[in-house]
Order: sequence, then C-alpha cells, then structure tokens
Amino acid sequence: MSSLFAYTLLGLFTGAAYAIMASGLVLTYTTTRVFNIAHGAFGMLLSFVFWDFTQRQGVPTWLALILVLGVVAPAIGWFIQRFVTRGLGEGPVSVALVVTLGMLVALIGLAQQLWPPEPRALLPFYAGTSWNVGGTYVTAHQLITLLCAIAVAFGLYLLLSRTRIGTAMRASVDNPELLKLFGGKPDRVAALSWMIGISLAALGGILLAPVVLLDYYALTLLVINAYAAAMIGKLKSLPMTFAGAMILGILESYAVAYLPKDGILNSVRAVIPALFLFVIVVAMPQAQLRIGQVKGIVTAPLPTMRRSLGSGAGLLVVAFVLINAVAPNQVLLIGVAATYAIVMLSLVLLTGYGGHVSLAQFTFAGIGALTYAKLDEPNLFGLAVAALVAAGAGALVALPVLRLTGLYLALSTMAFAVLMDKVIFNADFAFKFNGTLAAQRLSILGMRIGSDTSYVWFMVLAFVVLALGLLLLRRGALGRLLIAMRDSPSACGTLGLDMRWFRVGLFALSAGIAGLAGGLFAGLRGTVGAADFLYFQSLLVLLLAVVFGATSVTGALLGGTALMLLPEFQASAPEMAGLLFVVIGVGAVLLGRDPNGLANYLFKLGRWTGGKVAPGLEGRLQGLLPRGGGAEPAATGDVVLEADVESTMVIEKVG
Amino acid sequence: MSVPILEVVDLHAAYGRIEVLRGVDLAVPRGAVMALLGPNGAGKSTLVKVISGQKEATSGDIHLAGVHVRKARSDELARVGLCTIPEGRSVFPNLTVEENLRLMSYAGVPAPAILDTAYSYFPRLHERRDQLAGTMSGGEQQMLAMSRALASDPALLLLDELSMGLAPLIVDELYETVARIAESGVSILCIEQFARTALRVSDYAAVMSGGRIVATGEPGEILDTMADVILGGAA
Amino acid sequence: MALLEVDEVVVRFGGVTAVNEAAFTADRGSITGLIGPNGAGKTTCFNVITGLQKPTKGRIRYRDRDVTGWPVHKRARHGVGRTFQRLEAFGSLTVRDNVRVAQEIHGGPLAWFGRSRGGVDMLLDRVGILDYADERADSIPTGTARLLELARCLASDPQLLLLDEPSSGLDETETDAFGELLVELAGEGCAVLMVEHDMDLVMSVCNDIHVLDFGRIIASGTPAEIRADADVQRAYLGYSESDESAHDTSVMEVVTP
Repeated sequence: MSSLFAYTLLGLFTGAAYAIMASGLVLTYTTTRVFNIAHGAFGMLLSFVFWDFTQRQGVPTWLALILVLGVVAPAIGWFIQRFVTRGLGEGPVSVALVVTLGMLVALIGLAQQLWPPEPRALLPFYAGTSWNVGGTYVTAHQLITLLCAIAVAFGLYLLLSRTRIGTAMRASVDNPELLKLFGGKPDRVAALSWMIGISLAALGGILLAPVVLLDYYALTLLVINAYAAAMIGKLKSLPMTFAGAMILGILESYAVAYLPKDGILNSVRAVIPALFLFVIVVAMPQAQLRIGQVKGIVTAPLPTMRRSLGSGAGLLVVAFVLINAVAPNQVLLIGVAATYAIVMLSLVLLTGYGGHVSLAQFTFAGIGALTYAKLDEPNLFGLAVAALVAAGAGALVALPVLRLTGLYLALSTMAFAVLMDKVIFNADFAFKFNGTLAAQRLSILGMRIGSDTSYVWFMVLAFVVLALGLLLLRRGALGRLLIAMRDSPSACGTLGLDMRWFRVGLFALSAGIAGLAGGLFAGLRGTVGAADFLYFQSLLVLLLAVVFGATSVTGALLGGTALMLLPEFQASAPEMAGLLFVVIGVGAVLLGRDPNGLANYLFKLGRWTGGKVAPGLEGRLQGLLPRGGGAEPAATGDVVLEADVESTMVIEKVG
Repeated sequence: MSVPILEVVDLHAAYGRIEVLRGVDLAVPRGAVMALLGPNGAGKSTLVKVISGQKEATSGDIHLAGVHVRKARSDELARVGLCTIPEGRSVFPNLTVEENLRLMSYAGVPAPAILDTAYSYFPRLHERRDQLAGTMSGGEQQMLAMSRALASDPALLLLDELSMGLAPLIVDELYETVARIAESGVSILCIEQFARTALRVSDYAAVMSGGRIVATGEPGEILDTMADVILGGAA
Repeated sequence: MALLEVDEVVVRFGGVTAVNEAAFTADRGSITGLIGPNGAGKTTCFNVITGLQKPTKGRIRYRDRDVTGWPVHKRARHGVGRTFQRLEAFGSLTVRDNVRVAQEIHGGPLAWFGRSRGGVDMLLDRVGILDYADERADSIPTGTARLLELARCLASDPQLLLLDEPSSGLDETETDAFGELLVELAGEGCAVLMVEHDMDLVMSVCNDIHVLDFGRIIASGTPAEIRADADVQRAYLGYSESDESAHDTSVMEVVTP
C-alpha cells in the first residue's frame, strides 16, 4: 500500500483525538457563549491527574479513566460553571477571554506546583499491541482513539437529539431567555455542558499525551488545534467540527511526511494548526453589525490633565531617585519594568479603551526589537521604524479578522503569537534558532544615551510621554468615538464610521506602541533573542495588565513593575514558581469582570485621603456647567466616579 | 371577592436612567381575560417582561394568586404555571416542531400529552413535526408558540402582540385559540395593537400610557373612555 | 428621478416574510410617510435602506446608483441618515458630545482636532434641546432622546433622512414644532422618509404616504387618498369587524393627555 494511505490513516487517528477535544470546546461555547481558552489547559491538568492516578497511586487504568472522566473532570466543570464562568456569556467577549485566560495560566501554575518539572511519560494504551492494516501498522492506542471519537460523536448525537436536556442545550443556543420562559433551567444546561466539555478535554488530553508528551505547555496549546477544527463548523456545528479535526489531523500528518526536513519549512509543521486557523478565518463570512449595546462594558477612568501632568513629573523624579539609589544590576530591572509598562500601555489603548483583547502583545514587542536590532540604526529613526514595522504586523493580524467579531480577533492573535514564537523568530533571517542579535542603545541628536542610568531614565521618560499622549487621545475625539462605538455600534455605522478599519487602526497603533517598547528593550539588553519573546509572555502581560487595571495608565505602571518582579520572585523561591502563576491567574479571574483592576482601589484610597487637593478646580468647573450634576463624565475632576458606578453594576449583574 | 390571579402594585421599572414603568397598578381577576391597550412606548411590553421575571423591577410588588413573586426568576415562574408568549416569534427556530413541543414539558405537563393536544388542535403542526420551526411561516410559528399556552395548562397566560406581522385570517384563527384557552378557565393578560380584536375576547380592558394604567373597565366602557382620551382621530 | 428607490424588496427570516415585495420612492424636498401596524415591516425596510439588513431579494437605488451591496457606513457617507425606534443614542456621553461624535465621524480624522462647539450647539438649538446639552444622553426623556438622534443625524449632513417613530414621547406642542422642523428640512432639499404612528402628524406634514401591512404596500397616495382608503382602515383595526368607527381606529394612537 502507498505511504499516502499510511499517512492518511495516521492523520485520522490524531484527528480523532482533536475531534474529541474540539467537540467539548464547541459544546461549552455554544451553550454558554463562553469561549474557554483554557480548554487545552484543562486537558493538560487532567492528563497529569490521570498520570498521577495510574503511575504514582497505582490505580488500574480502567478505574483511573472512570475516576478522571466520570468524577474529577465533571466536578471541575460543574465548579467552573457555577463559580467562575456563570453569566460571563452575556457580557463582553473581552471579559470572558480574560477570565478563561486567567484559568489557563492558573492551571499551568497549578500543574507545575503539584507535579514539578521532571521527565514523565504517559504510556499509550496497550503499548506494543498493533495490527497490520493494508501494509501499515495500527497501534491499539490509535484504534482506541478512533473508537473513542466515534463513541463521543454517537453519544453527543444521542444526548442532543434524543433527550430533553440535550434539546434544551440546543435551544439555549438559539435563545436562552425563551428557554427560561419555557421553564427550562439554563444553569443546569450550562453546568451539564461544562461537565461534558471538561470531560472531553480530559479524554482528548489523555489520548494525545503519549503523542505530544506530558508537558504543561504542549497540551495547553492543543486549544489552538481544537479551535481550528471548531472554526470549520463556525463554532456551532459538531459534525463539521469533527470533519475539521480530521482534515487538520491529516494535514499535520502529510506535513510530517512531505515537508522538507530542514530550513524554515521544517518548523512549519509545529504550527500547522495556527496556519490552518488563519486560512479559515480569512474565508469566514462577514459578521452582521449588531444593534443595541453590549452589556457590562466598563468605562475607563479619566484623570484631569493637571493631575496627569503632575503624576508624570512625579514619576520622573521618583525614577531618577530610584535609578541612582539602587544597585547597578538593579537599574536594568527598572528598565525591564519600563518595557513591560509601555507594552501594557498599548493594552490600555486596545483592551482598556477599545475593548479588544490581544494575546500577542509581547510578540509585537519582539517584532520591534528584531527590527531595531536588524536595522542597526541606533537613533530615533530606528526606533520609529521598529514601531512602524510592529504596527504593520498588527494591522496584518487584524486585517483577516476585519469582518469578524472580537473573539476571532483575540484567538487569531494567539495563533499569531505561537507562529512567531515557534517559526519566525527562530528563522535564520531573524534571531536564528537559539541565537541572539546585538543591539545598540540609541542616540538622540548625536548624543548617545550610553550609561545604564541615563538609558533607563530615558525609558521612563518614554513611558511618561506615551502615557500622557494616550490620555490626551482619550480626552479627545478618540475617547468619544470609543465610547460611542461601545454604546451603539449601529448608530456609529449609520453616521458613517467604518468600524472595521477603525479597529485595524487601533490595533496597529497598539502594536506600534508595543514595538516601540521592544526597540527600547533591545537597546537596554544589548542582545536579544527569540527566548525573550515567548508567546506565554504575552499572556502574562495581558493578565497582569488586567489585574492591575487595563483601563488606566497607573495600572500599566503597576502591572509592568509586577511583571518585572515576577521572575525575580520565582528565581528566589523556585518551589513557589507555579503558585505565583496560580495567584496571577486567579487574580485575573476575580478581577476580569472589573478591568479597572487594582489601580482602581488605589484611586479610591487616593480620593479618600487626598480629596481636599482639587476642590477649588472642581468648584470652578461645576460653576461653568448649567446643569452641573456630579455625574457628568470627564467634566468634573473626579477620577473614577463614573467607572465606579458602572463596575459595581456589572458585578451585581453577573454575580 | 377571591384573590386576583395577578395583582401588580405601584410597579416601577427603568432602562438605564429612563423610567419606563411609573407606578403601575393592575389586577387580573381569576379566570378573566384582560386586554392591555395603549400606544407604542407606553410600557406594555416592559410590564410583561417584569411580571414574567425577565426584567427586574426597581420597586413595587407583584402577586401571583396572592403570592409575592417580584424577585422570582422567569424559569421558576414558568414552572409554577405562568405562561408567557413574548413579542415576536417565540419558538426555537433551529429545533424541529416536535422538539419545540417536547421542551414545553418543562412547565409540568408530560411531553406526550402536549403533543396530543397540540397536534389535535393544530393538525398543521403534525404535518410539519419534523420541520425546523424557523422555516415555517409566521402564522405556523405563532401556532406552535400558542401550543404552549394551550397544552401546558397554565394558571395565567401573558400574551404580547400575538398578531404582530400576521395576515388577518391567521390573527382570527389565533384569537379563536385564545378564546378557547379562556373557556378552559385560564386567566389571560393580553397586549394587542388591534384594540377591537383583543376586546372581542376580553372581559376587562386596561389602557396604559406613559408608564401608567390610565383607565380600566369593561370593553364597552373602555372604548367610550378611550374616545375622551383620544386626540383628533385618523382616517 | 427619485432620490431613493426601493425596488421590490423582500426580506425573509427563515420562513417568516417580514417585507414582501415592497416598492416605493422618496424624493428630494418631500416628506414621505411609511405607516402600518406593528410588525408590518417598517423598521425592517429602514434597516434594508441603511444596509443593516441584507434583503433576500430586490434592490435599493439611491442617487441613481444601485447601493444594495454597499456597507452601512458607505451609504451614510453618501448622505443616508437615520434615527432609531429603539433608541441608539450614545448613553454615556453628554447630549452635546453625541452630536460632536457625529461631526467627528463625518469630518474624518481632520475634524478630530477642530473645536466646533458652536456648530454643535446650533444643531441642538435647531431641534430644540440645547437646554439638555450637558446631560448624559441616557438620562434624558425618550422624546428628547429622539430629537437628539435627529440632531446627531443632521450633523452628518444627510440628503435622505429616515426617521423611525420620531414623535413618540413628544407632547403636543413639541410635536407641532417637530412637524415644522420637518417641513423646513424638506424645504432645504432633504428627502424625509418617516415611520410614524401619530396620524395627525403624518396627515399634516407628509406629501406622500405608503401603508405597509404584513410586509406589503397595501396603499400609496396623498394623505387625503389614504384617509379615504378602506384597506388602510382595516389594516389599522384588526380585521373581523365591519362596523368600525374613526374613534376605534385610533385606539392605538392615544396621545398622553
């Protein structure tokens, strides 16, 4: 028999496992409108549990399977639906994404904490047993995978079409409000779909673990495969999802067989799902403009210009003192914090103001760094080009999803980040595999900012300038437009705003700011490599931005500092490394619904203690307003009054 | 006098900062059919949403058969005998007719009994039982929606604009169904833009305007009262 | 040639036909009324004209061009403006900023940096809501919000103005003033197409009226012709009664006393 047949068969087996995983993802998404980006991470965690049961506790395989798939996974699914994701589907996509992303990072941390890194292997079922089918060997594990997929497909078909609760699950896809009027119990429907969904993630993970290795990250990334397969069925149709999974499996198998074993094409194999995803997203039909407001989006707070300028100047002074006070090796850390803070500023614009989520923000910084280092123009021109190239990359990522909604944009950025991390950054024209590039610090008007202290202070200055610029935009037309688009997309459309291009522009601007940070970072370090811009870093950037407040410049500053400190803590207490991820993840889960983040609490404290500073100004402003009630946004000197009101409203609604 | 099946006391509700219900007082006697009339934007649909638990009231009380239910959820209310047919097509378009009917059993009556009642009353639905509800005509979809009121044996039925966008013959047919449901002893609160159509089947009528009930009475009375309220007159 | 031509438009949602071969026109300098019972497909017609809803069949021609395939914003840029039945004001902005956003969208990025508060206030004054300029748009009464939507729409210089139940929520005096404003706008060369339930207003300001009933145009003509049309009376009455009187007809158009 031909090798084509063999590879097709092989692809079908992998595809079958993807299908199991993807069907769980589709099930939870369609019934609860929450896209679980942690789907693969749940599969990962439960594979570790399965490993623990069978290898460490010595539970028989069949019993371990029953325990994991029938008890642990459903219990986790129930818990997550009941306490974490309930009501998230009705809110903005960005919140659901941040919360599930928080779970992803928390799960990775939890797995590291419970099962510290060491070589582990999950053996295939009936290892060593195989049959010769048409000249190619089929292992028992592969056969079991295929049988499981068939059983899952059949079981889901029976559930969804033959039982009342299954019908109710489909009904809640159509119209959950109406289901309630029928007397149906939407919470029970949601709980069941999460229980089954997590169980399917576990089964997929356990079946794939012998193939992709029992690894925190590899199994977590399977969400991209599942997502790519699910996209074929437009995140709705289960049969199409199964078909998509099979096609993906076969494509991967062919890639192994027929792509050259050297050069950049070799590394392409690892990112077939991500590429597959892009192709499908480009082919998706246009989303309809929605009428009506998305519930629960929180307005970003807005400080007065005077306060902003004062804080900026204060920060520069503090940074100056700090840079000169700390030990020389710690000066660089302040520069790192400034880098992160600038990247988070780009998220303030994109996520905090614009309501879009990017899971590739640090990758854009990487593009900036790469450009800066390659260009070898250590001056403002080089920095500007770095920012422009990153902005161009941002536009390129946003363009294909121009016609689609926020969810697709966010997931495409994740695929993009993985693609850059695994292929482009490692390519010979970039940093090279395991390689680094040298970068010089920049000169301005012929003056080279060479010393650590002056360069770091310059970075802080860059942060302050960018932050003030951002606030200026927010106060002006851009801020108004963003609010208008949130309040009524259809009114904006009928007034002549092309929101799709506006979104691309916003995304490009945000990527450009991140790219600028990357350029500065390259100069700070002197040498940069692919290892500095792993996709996982982008996830941490987003989560910490949200935890500390993705809607405020202050949040970006605090978040940047925290992200700089994170590896320091982890290095000083390696046994706590995983736990820190858990803390960040849980923090994002808790604060995801309130993107004003911890910074907001700081403002409250500030208002409470420093309320006497600005009354004169406030009084004058109120005198100018004919109807001067205290609730007008932006007009009074109050920093976060409006945000306060709205965010509590959201929490009540969801909780 | 017995406890009314539905009693609404000083009910307020708002969208954002705009108050839509501004102190609604209304009582539907047990076994009665009440028509709720009024111009667009008067707050009729909002009132139905609040009574059925789909929207929270800001203040006021709702009693169903004497039981205070303001904080109850819509699915709980549905299971204790409140049947709400909201505005628009209240069927699941991507489920078949039969699947739609089977889901109606959540309200308490077993599925086989529901199928029996629905199919014997609307033979058309039986012909189309395996068709997706969304592919049927507007009138057929509304029959399917009415099957829930017909077969699930509710204590109180809330109908919101049954006739919306439907041809006259079909509207007549649907109101025959309403009359039949009323005969079986079900209390009904019915919003309808075609005043005459609704008044024909009603025992009482209430007129809503600007978020309040401005008149209640018997159908004939209401037509007279309304005449005073009406400014000018079209056609 | 008419400014807007709706040509045999059909809209189906699954098995439901919301608009059934509707055909009508709107001309520069005239006010056209689109009336009919709830659910007759009037708002769906507006959605098709503005591009928010794709028609199943039929074409939309505007300024002698087939715009059926155009996206929403492109039509807006060519002068199609509308207000909404379910309010779509920017609730968390002030009334003034609502109009300012419209100007900024209309003017493109260059307008972002100008300060044209005068123009904004002139528009607010024109529709009669300047007093509310600094209120948040979600805290003003419904009628005022409708006028705000009109002001916002005027900020983008429309040639075709689609108004969806603009007078609901206005009192008698306000409605009169609003009628005058419409006549004025038409006098400036605007084509006004209006969905409206207040028959007094429709009858007094419209040059032409089309009556839509379950998706079909059942009558077209001048106010006098429409007034006399038996089909229209039936459409507004519910159907089975034969002894209708003018008073009953208007039960659903009660105006708050």
